[in-house]
Amino acid sequence: MNDETLKNALIDAILEIAPEADFDVLDADDDLRAQLDLDSMDFLNVMIALHEKLGIDIPESDYPKLFTLNDAIGYLREKKTSPADP
Amino acid sequence: MSEFRMPQLGADMAAATLTEWLRKPGDVVKHGDIVAVVETEKGAIEIEIFEDGVIDKLLVDPGTKVPVGTVLATIDGDHTEAAGVSTAPPPTTPIEAAPKPAPRPAKAPEKPPRPEAQRHPPADRLKISPAAARLAAEHNIDIRTLAGTGPDGAIGLTDIENAIQGTASAGGPGGPGGPEDKSKDTPEAAMRRAIAAAMSRSKREIPHYYLSTPINMSNALDWLEEANRNRPVTDRLIYSVLLIKAVARALEEFPELNGFWNEDEFRPANDIHIGWAISLRGGGLVSPALHNANRMEPDPLMAALRDLVKRARAFRLRGSELSDPTITVTNLGDQGVETVFGIIYPPQVALVGFGRIVDRPWVVDGAVQPRRIIQASLAADHRVSDGHRGGLFLSKIDRLLQEPETL
Repeated sequence: MNDETLKNALIDAILEIAPEADFDVLDADDDLRAQLDLDSMDFLNVMIALHEKLGIDIPESDYPKLFTLNDAIGYLREKKTSPADP
Repeated sequence: MSEFRMPQLGADMAAATLTEWLRKPGDVVKHGDIVAVVETEKGAIEIEIFEDGVIDKLLVDPGTKVPVGTVLATIDGDHTEAAGVSTAPPPTTPIEAAPKPAPRPAKAPEKPPRPEAQRHPPADRLKISPAAARLAAEHNIDIRTLAGTGPDGAIGLTDIENAIQGTASAGGPGGPGGPEDKSKDTPEAAMRRAIAAAMSRSKREIPHYYLSTPINMSNALDWLEEANRNRPVTDRLIYSVLLIKAVARALEEFPELNGFWNEDEFRPANDIHIGWAISLRGGGLVSPALHNANRMEPDPLMAALRDLVKRARAFRLRGSELSDPTITVTNLGDQGVETVFGIIYPPQVALVGFGRIVDRPWVVDGAVQPRRIIQASLAADHRVSDGHRGGLFLSKIDRLLQEPETL
């Protein structure tokens, strides 16, 4: 699974929660929650959508590793390439 | 024979458009059944009936806007005996033969999208009320060309009406950025006006007093993190659940904060229905009820909260959820502020606000330690309660949050 696929899954997951999100103007290194006005319920729903799309269960303690678009893609890439980690 | 009326879905609602009947004359209905859909400034609302009986006559046609209190249908209340003497029973539909004539799952919260909306690939993510979708289909309006003016860009009846008008008069589709008819209210403007009316009334009539106190959330958050550690992502709790539960439990001892001020007197509510403030992505907000939140365990409460937020944003709330809240709770902390100074939503008499959780120095056993602190605030109606009791109420919430396992 390449970065483009992961990015698209992430964008789709976010769009389910924030349909108005414009990824052309989004700063990929800034906090998604602040930029897209995601509250804790919204963020949890993004995590659930990622779980459904990619089969990755992200522990709550890892949430801060997904606060920016670039961090999140890096995190997902790592998760996808180390299947030993449940 | 009794009457089924257009309900008052919050203090700010004067009228609504009946968009769809989900039951027909002769149908047996039970307390809590959803029988119709109405379009309000808060989107499409499913309205329930609160008695058992048989629908006699439907008195209002779909598409009609009627004031609150208008009789929508007549109900034969005691159907087992009255069926034979009913003045106008549907001639060919014996009641007993049709226990569930309408196969529509009246209580299904997860209704599949209407066919009109389903035609489009999910990537479009169009938000449209069922009534609007139907009207669009009837007039061959391509909803993909429309910019919804509702909260969250949702397409409402007004948008379709404008589009129809555009096609008829100007010969072109009413596309994004088209001129707006000022005499028509966009759903967004309607919601803003409704909020303005309710808040103006609140500030005009309610002598608010305000209290605020910091609460140490470290215990509650530690407990929550531990609880979530072994849960799959789909079963995790968010801290809002603990806040709601703590407020609801505390209210059991403070009836003067839970109820309604009507006609110069306060009526405490028998049950505790927490109105949870949900901001809509396109602007505006709704505060639908989490029913009997004091009696719900955290997991069902979380499920109810998720369902409520989802339906609020999809504009599929139920009438009772808008008319029932006995107090409002708002967690603006997720948006970053530390303290909330609430405005009470009439006819309620109190609002609890929570701010952002921040790391603060806290004295524990004589030593300063970092703790996670939330600012809890109360706006309450001085006609009903005094600051002393309000303060005790906030203290009770604090104590409950120190023992999250008991919530």
